[in-house]
Amino acid sequence: MSEPGNEIIIEFRQAGYRLPSGATLLRNISFAVGRGETLVLLGRSGAGKTTALKLINRLVEPSEGEVLVERRRTTDWDPIALRRHIGYVIQETGLFPHYTVERNVSLLPRLERWTDQQVHTRAQDLLRLVGLDPGIFLERYPHELSGGQRQRVGIARALAANPPILLMDEPFGSLDPLTRAEIRAEFQALQRQLGKAIVLVTHDTGEALLLGTRIALMEAGELKGLYSPVELAESQEPVAVAYRAQLRGLEQFLKGGPQ
Amino acid sequence: MNQFLAQHGNEILEATLEHVWLVGATMLLAMAMGVPLGIVVARKPWLSKPILGSANIAETIPSLALLGFLLPIPWLGDRADRLAITALVLYALLPIIRNTAAGITGVDPAVREAARGMGLTGRQILFRVELPLSVSTILAGIRVATVLTIGIATITAAVGAGGLGEFIFRGLAMVNDPLILAGAIPAALLALGADFLLGILERLLRPVR
Repeated sequence: MSEPGNEIIIEFRQAGYRLPSGATLLRNISFAVGRGETLVLLGRSGAGKTTALKLINRLVEPSEGEVLVERRRTTDWDPIALRRHIGYVIQETGLFPHYTVERNVSLLPRLERWTDQQVHTRAQDLLRLVGLDPGIFLERYPHELSGGQRQRVGIARALAANPPILLMDEPFGSLDPLTRAEIRAEFQALQRQLGKAIVLVTHDTGEALLLGTRIALMEAGELKGLYSPVELAESQEPVAVAYRAQLRGLEQFLKGGPQ
Repeated sequence: MNQFLAQHGNEILEATLEHVWLVGATMLLAMAMGVPLGIVVARKPWLSKPILGSANIAETIPSLALLGFLLPIPWLGDRADRLAITALVLYALLPIIRNTAAGITGVDPAVREAARGMGLTGRQILFRVELPLSVSTILAGIRVATVLTIGIATITAAVGAGGLGEFIFRGLAMVNDPLILAGAIPAALLALGADFLLGILERLLRPVR
């Protein structure tokens, strides 16, 4: 199904998820993500992308099949240990409104009992990493930040305890297009720098092509195919064609200029 | 006026202190019970109906009747202040439970989700995220409960629990307006003062300014 060049970090084996009410949100999902890889889950709202992500950090547990993190079933992990092993970025950022940026990003290192000095240095490094000046931003509260700055802090917080795995649920979703392009470019640089296994959820084909080393097309709770960006760009399968159409519309508009 | 104060001043002061003791003891107990119950209501939806329902029922029983119901209960009925404080706690619980639960359920779901996703334990989420973010809502409940208790505590004088109600009941029996006012005015001042101070505290502790 896939050919991860190196060590497999995350693996889905025929994983499915049903709500207690019986509705099936995911069925028969199999894929693997290696170190240094970015797998993009691409699909429309309700395709099950976020649920797939939550299976990895065990915010939900598979009702069928299994999900493995570092070759261990998520259900065999202590959920707290598993989640601290995984950075999690959500679209709304979920920053703690009563904490400064510094306390937000240093919460996990503190819980992991790093020394004050380590925590402080780490907070500064993290902000620089995501392109924010620590001198300006460490003491601010989330409500004093713009949407883009909040997203950056959210990413910094997820990276704080240096987890080998990063899950990102539409991390650039609520941004204006320019800020989005900027953060994406920085994210690409980060990706190369960090060498983590990353799973990123988006409904934006351009973003998927730009950031993914592989792209999983999802529809109605099923995996419709796994592609490299080049394969997705060339595939003749209807879903792939449909997603490309989203891009083509943009290109045509750009070529034709404003109407 | 001066003559009245000269005659009753010490008595008024004593009754006020008694009143403060009744209210203070009540509030300590009500907070110690109400906040945990509010947390339970927020966390365990299936327990929310029975808990809120019971607190609601207690709230609807007329205070004199409640004192009457509690009187024959063995240990409770032995001492007037015990009886009074029990009744007052029953009244004070509802606003505290309700506001604690509202504060916690009002926390942005994205914040809770992020906290869970980053590997905080349930206890850490409660103490580091949910409670700090609910403090001002919980305090608002405590404030309402305190003002309510100061008022109702005047009625507990009917079972001999003391406090400012003594003057009111005596004044009523003797058709003596100054005596009624000697109980009513300090009680009103206490209520206003508590409301004011707790209001300031509530604003100071509001998490996001």
